[in-house]
Amino acid sequence: NCVHLSHLTPSLTPIVPQQSEAIVIYTGWERHALVGSDIRLSCSFFSWRWTSDDVTFSWSYRADGARDSISVFHYTGGSPYVDNKGPFRDRLEFVGNPGRRDGSILLKNLDYGDNGTFTCDAKNPPDIVGRASSVRLLVFEKVPIQAGVITGAIIGAVLGLLVLVVVIYYLMRFLVARRVFNLSVSKHGKKGKGKEGSQQRQASPLSVGSLTTTTQR
Amino acid sequence: MQGITDPAVTHPCPSPTELERDLQKLTAPPFFSHLAPSDKMLLLLLGIVVLHIAALVLLFVSTIVNAWTTGSTSSSDLWNNCSTTNVGYHCDPANTGVWIQAVQALMILSIIFSFISLFLFFCQLFTLQKGGRFFLTGVFQILASLFVMSGAVIYTVMSPEWVPDSEAFGWAYIMAWAAFPLALISGLIYVILRKRE
Repeated sequence: NCVHLSHLTPSLTPIVPQQSEAIVIYTGWERHALVGSDIRLSCSFFSWRWTSDDVTFSWSYRADGARDSISVFHYTGGSPYVDNKGPFRDRLEFVGNPGRRDGSILLKNLDYGDNGTFTCDAKNPPDIVGRASSVRLLVFEKVPIQAGVITGAIIGAVLGLLVLVVVIYYLMRFLVARRVFNLSVSKHGKKGKGKEGSQQRQASPLSVGSLTTTTQR
Repeated sequence: MQGITDPAVTHPCPSPTELERDLQKLTAPPFFSHLAPSDKMLLLLLGIVVLHIAALVLLFVSTIVNAWTTGSTSSSDLWNNCSTTNVGYHCDPANTGVWIQAVQALMILSIIFSFISLFLFFCQLFTLQKGGRFFLTGVFQILASLFVMSGAVIYTVMSPEWVPDSEAFGWAYIMAWAAFPLALISGLIYVILRKRE
């Protein structure tokens, strides 16, 4: 059997090996949201075939603690069908682009009862074998602090304080030593007689000046 | 061992120096009396370093091992809650509360300070003048012991929130409490100890 290139239509592709026939679906792992806010649950897939006209997306929801899941969204035959009877009626909106393999939905006005697992299942005929992917929704009153932020802050603050104390200690020591040096130099200048005294008095500003220039470096 | 030599060599007339006083205080048990003073000094030094390292190891192990609370099917520590359910054994990261993160930070800080103290001890051993005290070393070690104590206290006080009543405190928690007096004693020895020629 040979296939002429001119007879190829978008839904037919060259023969591909059996193991790459599976469709791979991507959603997030976990989503955090505040009460009353909106959230976009994304779902996309990877398939070796061209995106078919009969591509379908299906979202189902299983509440935390419930045993069964209910279907809340279905896209098929080019039209989306949203939940009009279940827990998300009037709150669900389709914001995806099936032509670009995006089957995302938008959930509005979240409540604590919306905690649960959302499962997206996509099919791209003839590529229909694949595993559905789930994303967990967590609704909070306020956004919790990320793990490790406070730990790092405490450690950083204490070590920073330690470094500051060490720096201040050495600075004080240096300043005290400098003041002692200035005092001893001025004493020497006063004790000297006549030329020696004036020479030393002239010398001392120079040495103090050089000291200040070195510290300003 | 630079700086710590046999005083009998430098002072021909044995007089009640600080050395003998301190030695008698610290090596009172009779089984030490037959050793020469230099051997006693070496033994003392070794003992102090071993004590310090023991405290450090206790701190390390208690921070890392997952055994702060243990129950029949689950164990948890500062970093993870692991449990065995019908699905299998899996671990979740510990809840992101403020207090558990404070305990984590305090345990890590105590390890850091104990390390710094060990490093300072070896520095001061070679650079301190005669008669000086290992004050800085002792201060850092005492700070490390205070950190581990506050960490253990916070964990104890907040544990009813995190730990269900059916679970008991594990051995890593007990190790943290044991590290506190060890580190404190080690720090106090450093503060009291005087360096001799």
